[in-house]
Amino acid sequence: MSEARLIQGNEACAQGALAAGVRFFGGYPITPSTEIAETMAQKLPGLGGKFIQMEDEIASMGVVLGAVLAGQKALTATSGPGFSLKQELIGFAACAEIPIVIVNVQRVGPSTGQPTSPAQGDVMQARWGTHGDHPMIALSPWTVREAYDATILAVNYSERFRTPVILLMDEIVGHLREKVVLPELKDIEIYPRRVPKITRAEGYEPYRPDEDMVPNVADFGQGYHIHVTGLIHDETGFPSGSPKVTEDAIRRMHEKIMHVQDEITHFEEFFMEDAQYAVVAYGGTARTAYEAVRTAREHGLKVGMVRLMTIWPFADKIIKKTAKQVKAILVPELNYGQLVGEVERAAGGSARVKLLAKYNTEIFTPQELVEAIENLCAGVDE
Amino acid sequence: MKSEITIKSVRCKGCGICVAFCPKKVLGINLLGKVQVVDSEACIACGQCELRCPDYAIFVDKKVEL
Amino acid sequence: MLERSYEKYFRQNRLPHLWCPGCGNGTAMKSIVQAIETKNLDQDKTIIVSGIGCSSRASGYMNFDTLHTAHGRAIPFATGIKLANPELNVVVITGDGDCTAIGGNHFIHGARRNVDLTVIMFNNHIYGMTGGQASPMTPLHKKATTAPYGTVDRPFDACHLAEAAGATYVARSTAFHVKHLSDMIAAGFDNKGFSFIEAVVQCPTAFGRKNKMGDAPDMMKWMRDTAVMKAAWDKLPEDKREGKFPIGLFYQADFLEYTTAYQEVIDVAGGAK
Repeated sequence: MSEARLIQGNEACAQGALAAGVRFFGGYPITPSTEIAETMAQKLPGLGGKFIQMEDEIASMGVVLGAVLAGQKALTATSGPGFSLKQELIGFAACAEIPIVIVNVQRVGPSTGQPTSPAQGDVMQARWGTHGDHPMIALSPWTVREAYDATILAVNYSERFRTPVILLMDEIVGHLREKVVLPELKDIEIYPRRVPKITRAEGYEPYRPDEDMVPNVADFGQGYHIHVTGLIHDETGFPSGSPKVTEDAIRRMHEKIMHVQDEITHFEEFFMEDAQYAVVAYGGTARTAYEAVRTAREHGLKVGMVRLMTIWPFADKIIKKTAKQVKAILVPELNYGQLVGEVERAAGGSARVKLLAKYNTEIFTPQELVEAIENLCAGVDE
Repeated sequence: MKSEITIKSVRCKGCGICVAFCPKKVLGINLLGKVQVVDSEACIACGQCELRCPDYAIFVDKKVEL
Repeated sequence: MLERSYEKYFRQNRLPHLWCPGCGNGTAMKSIVQAIETKNLDQDKTIIVSGIGCSSRASGYMNFDTLHTAHGRAIPFATGIKLANPELNVVVITGDGDCTAIGGNHFIHGARRNVDLTVIMFNNHIYGMTGGQASPMTPLHKKATTAPYGTVDRPFDACHLAEAAGATYVARSTAFHVKHLSDMIAAGFDNKGFSFIEAVVQCPTAFGRKNKMGDAPDMMKWMRDTAVMKAAWDKLPEDKREGKFPIGLFYQADFLEYTTAYQEVIDVAGGAK
């Protein structure tokens, strides 16, 4: 183990990216994610990597996708307004199956909103921000160390599934400083870039899916002469207007991820053994929730907690199981109510689902959450 | 005949650029809307048609006299 | 007949292309592959990147690694490819709408950075793919479906724009001047930096017809009769320039190329292998 260091969530994210093999960063300055770009600008050239500050958020999405196609692992980071602008090419990455990680350090919106204040208001945008039918993987870390680990996981998933992955941070975790011990590089598992298994002469087609439903798209410059497009295409990579090709392409885009949904759904359970009530929380809010649940337990309340790290695809299974076990679920979110709808859907009426929304630039206090838990257990709002 | 004119009909869209720029009125558009040679003897193998064809449908080679 | 050597640069199974009868894009695309052949660029190490629109469908027909990006975004993608792997030759094919409207910011910043890209803009003066709407390069008072009374928007001169923004090679030619166009592109490949070549092409379907410019041959004759070589243009008195436009090499400059400049950063940071 390396020694303990005091670092910030955004810096841990950048360090995680480097550990995962990211050697290209394109970005545009935006609070509260800028430290990621600054760390990359500092560190990448020393590793033979490249950093480029682009003219806008759309361009920084384009430049990283170009770098990925040319063989590099790449990452970009932004916050709300930039995330909105990046949606166009997030869709391109989904359609053309280009591995890329987009970090969104959430702040209060809509629009310019409250640039330096935390929020969790982009949960639905992470899922549905770009047009059309496409799957999405979004991970939301709750500690500085997990910002590091989740970034590595995000890079690995993007490469494995050849899909955009969103690291849905929030200003709490992004700007939080914690003492962390980072793992040795040799202990980190890296998913390598997928490569063609056959030659052009043997009939290679860039978008023919492998056994895991993911295609082995060649990097540019390898002599495969592939065509990459944001038009719906068949296995050759060329556009097709056929209803069958369209249906097959969109279905495979989803199923390549959804068939391993359980494997990529990361969550933690706390005090759930005997729990009759549960808190479902994620990101920076889960930190407060954990403290509140502990306090409530000290007060004798049988409350547990499910902390979601994978936000998308949504953790239906564990929520369904939790709902069957408990009488009521509290969902605290720094928004007007977003993921609570998913919790309600997955709970399917088995348990009462109660939202605690906050959207005033301030984070939850443990006391607020303890009170909400007490009210939940007392059935005050029934 | 000074030349050999080859037409890839599948590529021709009958735009008439080759016909218009031929200095010797060698070419015409047929009933199917494709280019055809109407006066092969007049061809001087200048290559204007091939040069300007946007569809790579017509090729002119100078005939080598044996 | 002897198979033309440039045919190897086309994906034979994708031809004929989708452009309308008489469209100048086919001529411009051939000029590009002939320039690639002239400069003997490695087919496996040459990447064609395009945006969206009629012009940008070219990438699908060209037998290289090709990338058909989103509307206006070809230059950022191309910048990423070049910076990630500077040994690749990166060619951008774009249109007047793609490059100067939705991609305008990327265009000027690509030029500013002087990334080693060769950008060929097919200027048909109109949005062809969507049926003839006005572009930032539709000449003043010309008609479009979105300018039924003639456009009152002042058009860009994309060559002036490229030069002002920092491009180190700027040229223009037309689909009539086929050999000249190919030569302008080939010289652009020689420039290590951001090269911009405007290829004026005829769009008989969406632009010519609406503006009573005749059919494709008529539009090519218009190019023949109104394009003036740079040297002659410079001597032309102002009053004789009306209705005409210059073609040729407009600007060339030496400036440190971006990927080379970044390699110096890597060297300073100690990251050189």
